Amino acid sequence: MLSLDDSANLQASVNAALENGMPLRIRGGGTKDFLGHPCNATPLDMRRHRGVIDHQPGELMVNVRAGTPLAELNAALAREGQQLPFEPPAFGTDATIGGTLACNLSGPARPHGGAARDAMLGVRMLNGRGEIVEFGGQVMKNVAGYDLTRLMAGAMGTLGVLLDVYLKLVPMPEQTTTRVLELDAETALRQMREWHASPLPVTATCHDGHRLYVRLAGTADCVGAAARRIGGEEPADTDFWRDLREHRLSFFDSQRPLWRISVAANAPVPDLPGDCLIEWGGNLRWYRGDAGETEIRDWAQMHGGHASCWRGHAAQAFHPLSGGLFKLHRKLKQAFDPAGIFNPGRLYPEL
Amino acid sequence: MPTQSASLQDRERLARELGKQIPRQNILWQEEDLRPYECDALSVYRRLPLAVVLPETIEEIQRIARFCNERNIPLVARGAGTGLSGGALPDPGGILLSLARFQTILDIDPENRLARLQPGVTNLAVSQAAAPHGLYYAPDPSSQIACTIGGNVAENSGGVHCLKYGLTVHNLVALKIVTMDGELVSIGERALDNPGYDLLALMCGSEGMLGIIVEVTVRLLPVPESAQVLLAAFDDIANAAAAVSAIIGAGIIPAGLEMMDRLTIQAVEDFVHAGYPRDAEAILLCELDGTQQEVAELIRRVETLMRRHGASETRVAQNEQERQRMWQGRKAAFPAIGRISPDYYCMDGTIPRAALARVLTGIRRLSEDYGLPVANVFHAGDGNLHPLILYDANRPGELERTEELGGRILELCIAAGGTITGEHGVGMEKINQMCLQFDEAALRQFHAVKAAFDPQGLLNPGKAVPTLHRCAEFGAMHVHHGELKFPELERF
Ligand SMILES: Cc1cc2nc3c(=O)[nH]c(=O)nc-3n(C[C@H](O)[C@H](O)[C@H](O)COP(=O)(O)OP(=O)(O)OC[C@H]3O[C@@H](n4cnc5c(N)ncnc54)[C@H](O)[C@@H]3O)c2cc1C
Repeated sequence: MLSLDDSANLQASVNAALENGMPLRIRGGGTKDFLGHPCNATPLDMRRHRGVIDHQPGELMVNVRAGTPLAELNAALAREGQQLPFEPPAFGTDATIGGTLACNLSGPARPHGGAARDAMLGVRMLNGRGEIVEFGGQVMKNVAGYDLTRLMAGAMGTLGVLLDVYLKLVPMPEQTTTRVLELDAETALRQMREWHASPLPVTATCHDGHRLYVRLAGTADCVGAAARRIGGEEPADTDFWRDLREHRLSFFDSQRPLWRISVAANAPVPDLPGDCLIEWGGNLRWYRGDAGETEIRDWAQMHGGHASCWRGHAAQAFHPLSGGLFKLHRKLKQAFDPAGIFNPGRLYPEL
Repeated sequence: MPTQSASLQDRERLARELGKQIPRQNILWQEEDLRPYECDALSVYRRLPLAVVLPETIEEIQRIARFCNERNIPLVARGAGTGLSGGALPDPGGILLSLARFQTILDIDPENRLARLQPGVTNLAVSQAAAPHGLYYAPDPSSQIACTIGGNVAENSGGVHCLKYGLTVHNLVALKIVTMDGELVSIGERALDNPGYDLLALMCGSEGMLGIIVEVTVRLLPVPESAQVLLAAFDDIANAAAAVSAIIGAGIIPAGLEMMDRLTIQAVEDFVHAGYPRDAEAILLCELDGTQQEVAELIRRVETLMRRHGASETRVAQNEQERQRMWQGRKAAFPAIGRISPDYYCMDGTIPRAALARVLTGIRRLSEDYGLPVANVFHAGDGNLHPLILYDANRPGELERTEELGGRILELCIAAGGTITGEHGVGMEKINQMCLQFDEAALRQFHAVKAAFDPQGLLNPGKAVPTLHRCAEFGAMHVHHGELKFPELERF
């Protein structure tokens, strides 16, 4: 694996940007360019800052440079029988771990293994004053100072440039099995919630509109017993979870707008025109259809959640924040990036 | 620390003004009423506030915040006061805000596996309320019968089960906070992964510095089908430490993995007779949970690993009663130490598991150098040490030596690539060691974040993050990547 420390150059670029007042667009593999608002600024290429700095299997910890390709990281971890707990989607071969964390993207394992942010233990980053600062560290439990590490997850690069991150890992399960049952969406929603509330070793659930998929993982005996209890069949599509994660299922091949709606698990099937795919035990709904932005957002909010526009057009890519919350966002942006040089407008147009 | 007391008239005048904001009977200002609030569980630090307020509604909290903000009066939040770092220590020129009246469980939602709580609800009450639904709240600090969920969020508390189920931050779904300007802000509701900046994470472990937590929604988990405990005894603490790494390295994540050293074992046996082997140098308690098949198989594998790493004895609890008895000893460890020493001081560093044996040896040497016994009972699975320094506050100079020894232990943790606090927070206590763990730029970034929420610095002043000035006075050097300055000096 290629290992290069480009932090000095990245710092020089940030300092130059500060000097000439030209904002930067932090960019890994560009696989998430579609997410958030477009931002016209000079690209800051992260891909020369790459490689695993330290992987301690006995510590369940990896320290990795942000520009490391996700695929390379996954392969390196797999060689030691470990994986990232949050099963991140890549959306292309060039995805980097830094971009993945900046977007806080998690895959089907989210309800079981936590979100990307949950795995973040420490960060070394460049702030908007051109300083390299470090927070958190390599250990699982650490409450020294504010948790500025996890604050970077989902900030879409608007607070600083992630250089190196410490991530928590999990062992790969001994055995994994998928079962599939023919069920309508409403029954499936109820069934998912029941499974996630039971002691069964469920690590993912998905309803694609017609069928309910459930993934079981753990020791061989335990998975076998759970599979017998759940019933159903083995699916024909052996790569189902990968295809779901990467949006390669047929549900995702339409030109119609795509929304990601996160709601309470017991929210009903949305009465919006179009199709819906359910994940995360009911907490995540992918909606493909032509309902208006306000209508979608109102539905999400009514069910305790929020909606992001994934593909298509919306005035706000991410769910608008309440006044008080947005005020705190503006002040935090100021606290990290007073000159506004990082990814202006990418997350919210006014940030 | 000397007790400072403001003049009676000052306090009475303030109480009168406050009486326009909240009912008079919920304001305390006479010295004898303030006494119970003078310290948290780290009682070496004591101070009296000007007044204590016990609001009953969120609106009252908002009014108090505005009142303080307009008059530049420091405001310190307090849950149950079980904190171990002086986080809830009052400000001598400020108001202490107790959340004691906020004890209502607002909603248990079994379908969504959520509990919506007022901040003063105790940690244990959450699991008790969830139990009828087969659910529980995973983070379980040893203080769970007393500590509040608001305090848990403010400290990002952990417990025995955090190795598998995470800390407070991993189990939090939504918060409502009141900022220093009196604004009520909701963060999240019932969904996952909120849009924008992760303010839930930021509030976790913020030690009352950024806002008052007025409502908390946490995730509940299904009670595991089965749980089993294995006890392993070792003649050498280094072997016990190696067994810890081996278990995790083998891909097994126990629900809890705790270590106790000889001094602790003796104290516990004398106190509760938990049936621990008295002659062992160290014991490990390993709890595994999951389905019946899974637990049975994992127990076998863990037992083999323990033996392979030199365990002289392994014992599996044969029934629930035995399991409870094994844990009872662990839970009684602090009070047991309290019986054999007039005072003890609890430290809280975290280190990488691989450094356990080395750091424990280092602690033993420091203990000999300082002539103060140190007992170790801790969360070995996540490398979270709790060295208990035994001392007698009545002996002149002994507390000072204890604090110095504590500081040296924390330096060992930083040098091993760890941190000065795993779960108890910085508070007042570890403020100087913050200067070792963070450099100037990082500290400035912390202050900038604080100012984003509280520009006048009124919430819990002087805690959690040291001023650069203080660090200069402390004469501390930041320890970079475990490289201490003057490495030639013997530290272990
Ligand atoms: C015997 C014993 C065992 C312990 N075991 C553990 C353990 O296993 N794991 C662990 O993590 N901790 C442990 N602790 C430490 C302590 O119990 C925890 O830190 C706990 O979370 C503190 O809760 P509290 O309600 O007592 O908070 P307090 O002590 O009252 O306050 C703690 C901090 O939180 C702030 N705060 C409190 N409530 C609010 C609020 N509503 N809004 C904003 N800020 C607030 C305070 O200002 C202060 O800074 C133990 C303590 C004792 C005495």
